[in-house]
Order: sequence, then structure tokens, then C-alpha cells
Amino acid sequence: MYRILFKNPLWKKWFLRFLLPVGIIVGWEILAVVLDNPFILPSIESVLEVLLHPFTDILGNGSLFDNAMISLGRVIVGFLVAAALAIPLGIGMGRSESVFELFDSVMQLLRPIPPLAWVPLALAWFKIGLVSMVFIIGLGAFFPILLNTLDGVKGVKKTWVEAAEILGARERQVLSQVILPGAAPTIWTGMRVGFGIAWMCVVAAEMMPGTNSGIGYLIMSSYNWGQVQVIIAGIIVIGLIGIVIDYGFKFVDQRSFKWRELER
Amino acid sequence: MTLIIDHLSKQFAKNGQETVDSLTDINVRINDGEFICILGPSGCGKTTLLRIVAGLENPTTGKVLIDEVMIDSPNPKLGMIFQDYSLYPWRTVNENIVFGLELRGVGKEQRAKVAQEYLELAGLSGFGNSYPYELSGGMRQRVAVVRALAVDPTVLLMDEPFGALDAQTRNKLQHDLLEIWDKTKKTILFVTHSVDEAVFLADRIVVLTPRPGHVCEVLPIELGRPRDRTSVEFAKIRRYVLDLINQPKCSFS
Repeated sequence: MYRILFKNPLWKKWFLRFLLPVGIIVGWEILAVVLDNPFILPSIESVLEVLLHPFTDILGNGSLFDNAMISLGRVIVGFLVAAALAIPLGIGMGRSESVFELFDSVMQLLRPIPPLAWVPLALAWFKIGLVSMVFIIGLGAFFPILLNTLDGVKGVKKTWVEAAEILGARERQVLSQVILPGAAPTIWTGMRVGFGIAWMCVVAAEMMPGTNSGIGYLIMSSYNWGQVQVIIAGIIVIGLIGIVIDYGFKFVDQRSFKWRELER
Repeated sequence: MTLIIDHLSKQFAKNGQETVDSLTDINVRINDGEFICILGPSGCGKTTLLRIVAGLENPTTGKVLIDEVMIDSPNPKLGMIFQDYSLYPWRTVNENIVFGLELRGVGKEQRAKVAQEYLELAGLSGFGNSYPYELSGGMRQRVAVVRALAVDPTVLLMDEPFGALDAQTRNKLQHDLLEIWDKTKKTILFVTHSVDEAVFLADRIVVLTPRPGHVCEVLPIELGRPRDRTSVEFAKIRRYVLDLINQPKCSFS
């Protein structure tokens, strides 16, 4: 049996891929039965029960689906604000030595600070609400987008720009017709990484005191009510949404920026 | 049209204070419709010379004049072809060819017409909707040549355009370039380090010394066209040029 399975490389691959997930599920269920304490480790059925009814209200906090959408909305707003600031700044820093020198030191200083370290300051400045969250989320997404935009702009071939100039391009045309499309794949990578970090930040931001919606709030509140199966279901939903979004970014990348891999 | 390179020198700053001479006192006068090859060893500054003519760099002293107008920035009368083709990989072949027209605001219909015309000139009919990465090196360089031609410059500047190609493709492209030159009556300034290429293509060869480059001889090639690389006359001239670049006056500065 073992020999036959491992003769076919495809079977072997899928066997290995499923081995650990199946092992975890089986181990979890055994442990849950042995422990027999739903406040520490609920059974798989009770978690599935929550996941299979995503539109059912949970403890008066709204449904799993509603809260996930609220979180997603916040991330999108924060992410868009970050991209709207980081992309132009990155292009400016990549194109102009002066702009680079002007901003680089402050950016280097701010970059290593984890977005969550800003939470108390965000609360002090903006109080609880969308602005605070957008601030935290935006900080998370900002730096990956900025650094990748900068990298992408610097990576644009010099002769691409010169060829355009010789064909009569003005500075604005060089920017829109050469720099932007040339740097687009790298900028997109930055956005992909940035969105991933923004998604992590929103969940943490929603655990701030005084929040009353979002998937982060839902799992925190479920902890207070001892609903561990909701916590686990929430965590799974967070992971799944993250995967779907990342896949979306990857999909666009492979379709639109095929030239990056195929060039030379 | 006349293109005049007048007492042109170029120095580069090296580690702040020191300067390195790249080109010294270059004087060349290029007439309408001429095919000029600039021949010199690697590092002699021939690419720098071409870039100055293109308006991409400024000379330290001296000037370049086209029809008595000084060149200090890219000029619509000059087109350039780079060794690395420098096609835009996110644009199709057609979109690359008409890029210059697009920048000038030429309408879509007119652009499609021009694209078709130049695609045929490049011998690439049927490849208009392909992307550069789907083409061979030789095909890419053909696209780069017609992209430069599509905006109808008077002078074509070519910076070792066939340097990255294999010998067979290279010979074919040289042949095709002469055909295009004959059809379009452009003036061509062609940089190369290959004696064979220069003798095959040029009306006159401008021989540069090693760094700092200066003109050691301007050599007219009085061979009828089409030229036969395997002929005795061709071999004689090639031998003469090879001897010339080994003479002290051309190999030391």
C-alpha cells in the first residue's frame, strides 16, 4: 500500500499535503473528547455548527458574516488611504534625489515601529472609531507599498526612459507611460504584502477597548462569554478571507504582469 | 541636413575631484543620407559620443549641430536604437511601434495604419499583436528599428544594435538595415566595435582611439553595394582597417 502510494509522485504530493491537516483534525477531536471541556477545546462539530450558520446572530453582536464584512470594509478604506499616499510618495522618492533625501530619514525611523504600538496614540488622537482604525490599518499597509513602489521605480530600465524621451515624451508622459507601467508589477507586490498586513492589523485594532463590531471584536467578546467555538470559528474565517484576498492579488499579478517573468 | 560634431570633449567626474577624459576634441561632419560607422574599442567613449549627439548627455566642451541648431536635449530629428532593444514588454509589437506617435497625440486610426506599414517594413507581418518576449532577439531589434523610424527622424543613431545577436542573425539584420536605409534615405550614425560590421555597412568609418577617444582617421569605404564579405576587395579593406587600429597613432592616445 505504502509502496504503491509513493510510486506516483502526484499521489505522494497530495498525500503529504493532507497528512498534517488531517492529523490535526483527528488529534483535535480526540483531545476534545478526552478533555471534555468546551471552555478550553470545543469539539469540531460545535465549531462547524458556527461556521455553517454564518448569517446567524451571535450573542447579539451580529452574525459572523456581518462582522467579517465590517472588518473587510475597514481594511479596504485603510488600505486605499495608504496606497493613495504611499504610491505617489514612492514614485517621487524614486524619481527625485531631493524628494528621497527629504523623506528617507523619517521613513527609516517610522518603518520598524509595529502599527499596534500606535494604538494608544491613535485612541488619544482620534478616539474610538473608524479614523483610529484606518490610521492603524493604513500604517500597516503603508510601508510595504512605499518600499516596493520605490524599488519598482528604481528598477525601471534607464533605456526605457531614454527611448521615450528621444521619441518626444514629456516628463508627465514618461511617468504615466513608462515609469508607472514599468514599476506596476513591483507596486502590485507591495500592495499584496500591504493588504496582508492591513488585514492582520484590523483584527488587532478591533480588539481595542470600546470597539463594538468587526470580526476581531466578535472573537474578543466571545472570549468574555466563554464561547471558545466562536473564537475558533472566527480565527478560521480570518484565515480564509486572508487566503482568498491573497489569491486575488496573485491572480491579477499572473494575468496582467506576465511580462515580468518572461522578459529575458 | 548636415550634422556637425564640433570640437567636442567630455570629461567625467571620478571620486569627486578627479576627472577622467572620455572624449577629446572630436570633429566630424556628416552629410545627408550618409551611413557613418563609429569604430572603436570598448571603453573608448563611442557610446558616450552617440549619447551626446542624441541629446541624452551634454559635452564638457564643444557642440553638436543639426542644421545649425545646437543639440542639448532630445530632438525630434534624431531617433535612437539601443543595444538592449529597450522595447516596452507590457506593450504589443504594434503598440511599441506607434509609441512615439501616441506621445504626439496621433489618432488611433492613423496609428493602426502606420503600425501596419512599419510592421511590413520590419518583415514582421503577423506579429503585430505579439509581445516582445514572444520574439527572438533579432525580431525584437527589428521592432526597435521601426519604432525609431515611425516618427520619421532625419538621423538614426544606433548604439551597437546587433552586438547581442548571433553571427547569422547579425549578418541578416545588417543586410536588412541597408535595405531600409536605401528605402527611407535616412542618415545613419552607427556605433560598433566590429571591423567587419563597419566595413560592410559604412560609407565612411570614423576610427576612434582607446580612452580618451579621439578621431584617429576618417576612412571612406569605396566599395560598391551590395558588398560581398567573401570578396578579395572586402578582405583587403578589412585588413587595412585592422592594421590601422593596431598602428601607434590609433592604438595609443
